[in-house]
Amino acid sequence: MNPAYRRHHPKWHRARMPIFWWLRKWSYFRFIARELTSLFVAYAAVLLLVELRAVGAGPEALARFTAWLRSPPVVALHVVVLLALLFHTLTWLHLAPRAMVVRLGSRRVPDVAVLMGHYGGWLAASGLVAWVLLR
Amino acid sequence: METHVHDVLVIGGGGAGLRAAIAIAETDPALRVALVSKVYPMRSHTVSAEGGAAAVIKPDDTLEAHAYDTISGGEWLCDQDAVEALVREAPEELLRLEHWGCPWSREPDGQVAVRAFGGMKIRRTWFAADKTGFHLLHTLFQTSLKYRGVARYDEWFVTRLLVDEGRCQGVVALELATGEVHALLARAVVLATGGGGRVFPFTTNANIKTGDGMTLAYRAGVPLKDMEFVQYHPTGLPFTGILITEAARSEGGWLLNKDGYRYLQDYDLGRPEPVPVLRAMELGPRDRLSQAFVKEMEKGRTIETPHGHVVHLDLRHLGARVIEAKLPLVRELCLQYQHLDPVRELIPVRPVVHYMMGGVHTDLTGATPLPGLYAAGETACVSINGANRLGSNSLTEILVFGARAGRAAAAYAARAPAPDGPVRAQALDEERRILSQVLGNRSGGERVATVRAAMQRALEEGAGIYRDESGLRRAAETIQELKARVGRVTLDDRSHTFNTEVVALLELENMLDVAEAIVHSALWRRESRGAHQRTDWPARDDAHFLAHSLAYRSAHGPPRVDPLPVTITRWPPGERVYGR
Amino acid sequence: MPETLVLEVRRYRPEEEAEPTWQRYQVPFRREWMVLDALNHIKDHLDGSLSFRWSCRMGVCGSCGMMVNGDPVLTCATYLETLLPGPVRVEPLRGFPVIRDLVGALTDFLVKLRRVQPWIVRETESPPAQGEYRQTPDELAAYRSYAQCINCMLCYSACPIYELEPGFLGPAVIALAQRYNLDSRDQGREARMEVLSEHDGIWACTLVGECSTVCPKHVDPAGAIQRYKLEAAAAWAKALLRPGSGP
Repeated sequence: MNPAYRRHHPKWHRARMPIFWWLRKWSYFRFIARELTSLFVAYAAVLLLVELRAVGAGPEALARFTAWLRSPPVVALHVVVLLALLFHTLTWLHLAPRAMVVRLGSRRVPDVAVLMGHYGGWLAASGLVAWVLLR
Repeated sequence: METHVHDVLVIGGGGAGLRAAIAIAETDPALRVALVSKVYPMRSHTVSAEGGAAAVIKPDDTLEAHAYDTISGGEWLCDQDAVEALVREAPEELLRLEHWGCPWSREPDGQVAVRAFGGMKIRRTWFAADKTGFHLLHTLFQTSLKYRGVARYDEWFVTRLLVDEGRCQGVVALELATGEVHALLARAVVLATGGGGRVFPFTTNANIKTGDGMTLAYRAGVPLKDMEFVQYHPTGLPFTGILITEAARSEGGWLLNKDGYRYLQDYDLGRPEPVPVLRAMELGPRDRLSQAFVKEMEKGRTIETPHGHVVHLDLRHLGARVIEAKLPLVRELCLQYQHLDPVRELIPVRPVVHYMMGGVHTDLTGATPLPGLYAAGETACVSINGANRLGSNSLTEILVFGARAGRAAAAYAARAPAPDGPVRAQALDEERRILSQVLGNRSGGERVATVRAAMQRALEEGAGIYRDESGLRRAAETIQELKARVGRVTLDDRSHTFNTEVVALLELENMLDVAEAIVHSALWRRESRGAHQRTDWPARDDAHFLAHSLAYRSAHGPPRVDPLPVTITRWPPGERVYGR
Repeated sequence: MPETLVLEVRRYRPEEEAEPTWQRYQVPFRREWMVLDALNHIKDHLDGSLSFRWSCRMGVCGSCGMMVNGDPVLTCATYLETLLPGPVRVEPLRGFPVIRDLVGALTDFLVKLRRVQPWIVRETESPPAQGEYRQTPDELAAYRSYAQCINCMLCYSACPIYELEPGFLGPAVIALAQRYNLDSRDQGREARMEVLSEHDGIWACTLVGECSTVCPKHVDPAGAIQRYKLEAAAAWAKALLRPGSGP
């Protein structure tokens, strides 16, 4: 017998959410990883600002910055950052069909077409930026 | 004991109950209405209905035609004034549902679409894909949320009606979540608790269909009408009993025996044509199709499976596109519960209990003989359906008569005096009974499931599609024994909090009363008509039995069964002809 | 194929214990049995005190949702065979307070459902006798999937946001609001926007997406929410740029 029970007034049990709830399922872990990669996006934005400042501060500053960029630990870090950015981008692209329902006349454009459209736009924009930077 | 006072109570939150509650709220917004249901309303069994709801809407159709199809389908046991009211009010009710958001399937120009259905000469069945009941129920439930005046008591199980001074003045209910017993007092009560298919072992019905409302009325001295008429739906899945809608046949499905032969042509239902012909073959009425199955089985032409004999429903010739558009749920159910795809394979089906034409005796307005007590939907017997219900008339019935019963109850409640003192004493008695006899010290060692299974077996063997005197008498004796045995059921669960075992026990007691009414009404009716077929009285006998059966509960022993003449207005009894 | 299977069921009897416990049952294994059939076997023959909800057993009433091996499913639609060799863990739906054993309290959903006005809202009504509001098959297709919700609450159990922030309206409520917003007969978009655009409305959703993954009726509540975010954001921007242009 539960001494705390009062007749006709049962206590509802409310389970506490564990701190590591996001380790419970692969999809939850992927979700948290996706959200955390936004930190890497922020890092990339800050990196760009630092680079601009180095450019503005003169050739020695730029040379120091470039040397820093080339050092092995930084390269390793930036490989990780690139992978995170790719993960972030791909997961966000794959969410696009969720948010957009495009209708052409009476038919609904299938999700895969919306997704391919987004891939196309991303690759085109990346291609343009690459062309501008590398020519 | 907590007492709650309202003006009108609606017991049961399915299509009829919700429609009644809304009707009361609209008729008289000042009335305090409460909906009491043993499950959340969206779980009600209306949700499982698939095929559609019939109403005259197209230019090629007439009210007379709908009425005639219904009356002949019911083998002239329908009260024709009630049928006239049904067909007349049906179109506006279904349009009202449309205005409330029901997603009726449409023609390309945006008008409501209709399809063919069993026993109907003209297409008049409105449908929402093949989940009409689901959409109807959710539309009604969500619309009911608009009416702030409708209170709800969800998961409260009503155990008894309170009757004093010759009128119904409320109910006693068990609050499942806490185990507390409450008195709900009111000036009028509407019963809309559905049928009792679970007295049989193979049924399309959900677990909750245990005839609770029928028993509440029965125990209060109100007669149950036409209980012997139990409809077997011709196409249920073996083992689960899950319904495969009649719409599968109206879209063109065929019923084949083990030789791949469309056997219905041997049973005076017309000749097989490549496309469905209304009122013929697979679009004949449900009672005749179920009876044809039994005959095929006797001839050894059905297919034997580990779960009993079946025939095959062939939808392959309809093609994937039609099946996806018109029968998506059928496909889903076959894939999920039979591991087969109806686009490519044959569906095993057999007749399963589906609907009770009988129920609480009411008049055209939904009023029972007990002042202040009303009933609507499958719980009631007006009678619209007579000896056999046509598919798609039930969803229409719950709307038309749910509204009628609601309006009548509202009018009565506006004039009736407030509930009086003696009912509170009755309620306290009931509370004592539940706490001491039901939940209290019980001995005997029987289990709910064992007694229940024995009841179901007895009904299937003695009161199935074909019955005879000795089989029915055996069933009657068994039910008497089981009523004694149920008193010896001991419960594993003696707690108060959400005790579903005590609910199962109360439901079993209800089902035994329903079973008793079915069997004794079947014994009384010495003829064959519609869904009630007696091998010892194989002919229809209008001279003696063009009448309803009224079963009155006796304190000890079998119910007394009296006749009640059928109301004939315009359609004198004739021959029921299908296929020609 | 084994003859039997073990079910580990979460019990909670508030009159007897302060905390939930586990109980093991050995049930027969049958190929055609769902988890629900095993639970009914327990109730009928082994332990009548096990409380759980069920009704239609065909996946339309939404009563029988429970956690099976950590995933929210309809127990009437989950074959035991897919869970071999076991043991199979059965718990009440996560995210809801537990009343008893496998029975959770759903009152929160019903309260929130009413707030989004899940009914046809119209400025002008025409009497039903005048005929139906016309709606083409395409117009019906626009909201069809959101109208398939059986209120089974699996989406709420799958949503970590609902567990972390109990004030969140939740996937089914928002999907049902969208069902009406997208219904060509409805004129209640404005009326629903305020509730949906609250902090605990659509904006609490971070598109985990699990709700759509577990939905047994393919309603896609995640899609409903994201689509509405675009609409709500556009409406907010419009109001900002043209103040006083609202209703």
